[in-house]
Amino acid sequence: MSGVHVVHAVTLQAFTDLGFWTGVGVLAGTYAIFALGLQINVGYTGVINFGQAGFMAIGAYTMGILVVKGGLSFWLALPLAVAAAVLFGLLVGLPALRLRADYFAIATIAAAEIVRHAAQNARELTGGNQGMFGFDSAWAGLSETIDEWLQALGWSDPPTLFPLLLVVWASVLLLTAVLAAAQRTPWGRVLRAVREDEDAARAVGKPALAYKLQSLAIAAGLGAIAGFFLALNLNFLNPKEFEPLFTFLGFAVLILGGLANYWAVSIGAVLLWTILEGTRFLDLPISSEREAALRFIVVGLLLICLMAFRPQGMFGRREEMVLGD
Amino acid sequence: MSESVAPAAATRRAEGRFVAARSLLARRPRTAALALVVAMALGLVVLEGLHDVAQTGLNGLVLGSIYALGAVGLTLVYGILKLVNFAHGEFLTFGAYVALLASVTLGLPLVAAVVAAVAATAVLGLGFELTMWRPMRARGAGLLQLLLMAIGLAFVIRYGIQYVAGSEIRTLPFDRTSTVELAGLRLGRTELIVIGVGCVALTAIGLVLRLMLLGKRMRALADNLDLAEVAGIDTRRVTTFTWLFAGGLAGLAGVMAGAVTTVRPELGFALLLPIFAAVILGGIGDAFGALAGGLVLGLVIEWSTLFLDFRWKTAIGFAVLIGVLVVRPQGLFGRARAV
Repeated sequence: MSGVHVVHAVTLQAFTDLGFWTGVGVLAGTYAIFALGLQINVGYTGVINFGQAGFMAIGAYTMGILVVKGGLSFWLALPLAVAAAVLFGLLVGLPALRLRADYFAIATIAAAEIVRHAAQNARELTGGNQGMFGFDSAWAGLSETIDEWLQALGWSDPPTLFPLLLVVWASVLLLTAVLAAAQRTPWGRVLRAVREDEDAARAVGKPALAYKLQSLAIAAGLGAIAGFFLALNLNFLNPKEFEPLFTFLGFAVLILGGLANYWAVSIGAVLLWTILEGTRFLDLPISSEREAALRFIVVGLLLICLMAFRPQGMFGRREEMVLGD
Repeated sequence: MSESVAPAAATRRAEGRFVAARSLLARRPRTAALALVVAMALGLVVLEGLHDVAQTGLNGLVLGSIYALGAVGLTLVYGILKLVNFAHGEFLTFGAYVALLASVTLGLPLVAAVVAAVAATAVLGLGFELTMWRPMRARGAGLLQLLLMAIGLAFVIRYGIQYVAGSEIRTLPFDRTSTVELAGLRLGRTELIVIGVGCVALTAIGLVLRLMLLGKRMRALADNLDLAEVAGIDTRRVTTFTWLFAGGLAGLAGVMAGAVTTVRPELGFALLLPIFAAVILGGIGDAFGALAGGLVLGLVIEWSTLFLDFRWKTAIGFAVLIGVLVVRPQGLFGRARAV
């Protein structure tokens, strides 16, 4: 089960535990960036990308391999890893985007699973199921610097993950603002035109396939960035973190927030992680394993009910939801 | 002049052969598929020797029967309802757990447990049709809505099973130690039973789809729902039977998968993508194609272990899926149509 790594204690006192909520916040921010990619694909371009976890894996592993095996600087590895994910997005999209939407969804989830299996099997490069370590020393330095600033501001002991929390959410806000601005440009309007009616967009001379490819490439890049934060949060990389479940939870974030609304993605991410982690403080008379299962049942029911009664999501725009196929 | 004529003629001849191969695929798809499999087998026999090919081929048949049983239901549901049922894998899991409950907890004989699994999964499939899919279709729900509902449903079933039965790995009480040796080939007794049950079930499904009125109607609906309705077929009734059919076969596939491996909550989801691959290989909505696609995929995956590390075999299934989608999205046996 990916993502469920936060240290937890089932006490009321822990409810006010800042360290715990910092961990939840980091996860929510990571998923927000991940789901921003889904938003531009699903919400604005009408492309159902089920392979986002694969793009995330490409980004995270490229970064890890470049730093650990290639001896590259962490900061130089980041843009290269984003570029690798973008390239992989183009590689998948170029043949697959010609397919119908449902075929495309299946093709992308298969591509993501190939990536995960490759990460599992190419042990010399990725460490396989043993995991990959030792890529985050550069980040540890920056984290310490931020920690010192916080202490200089008079906060004696901020939680360990607090610097990461700040950087994740700063990235979420920046990326959301950029994407929302891009959406108001003529380029953004063409994306929506492609979503509404591909043939019409093509008829007025807009190359629909090229726009879909750009949308997918941007999503892949965002997936890679989410992968960096996942990697820094865990301190290691393991293929198990990139199961299709991650993509499905990303869709839950997207739908909880709402379609065709970039700012809603953050709300969806916070909501989902409050459901998945915040409910640890409810003192249910069942075993912790059953509690874990129950959380995912609740997420499943939420997805079903939202799709049945409010398919655009909480803050989505109904008029911008493409219902047909 | 004459230099350019010769290559042109050669190109034409090559094109001619290519077109001939294509039209064989279009006119006699099953013959072409069979020829493909036989050619693959012969090629491998030459390269790797008869024994290894036969041994991995048997394993391929075990895997292939499971894929094929799972794929028939998935493809019919897709063809008829345009629903990409991401919860289909969980039907397999459900069947395996019902068999576990019946045989281990209640102590019923294995045959009764298998029957119970098939019946319960059939009812489960129909239950969701009546409570979810039918009302959603009546509202004109779109592709994305149905897709995400199916994913939500998969969560509910999988984690519902985990809630009730726990996440530990269980085994069905099949005999997994004794093996049968036949002409130098070794096969577990359970595997042999799975192949036997698989062959009988697949033949029976083929006959139902080809000869029985209900089977023909299911295929007609999967081919063109509106046309079938205009032709006077009671689509509601046929849809009901399709779900029973799809659920029951998924339940059987789940028990078979549980018998040769282990029973765990991720059992079905792990099989879902290869089953999708089988469906796409056979052409979405084509029930016969799904049967053949499942068997071909099982064989290809197991034969791939002859020259690739076995750890890559799952990835081979996905590569086949993408390859077919890119090169021939209508499936190996399908006619070209909008995809």
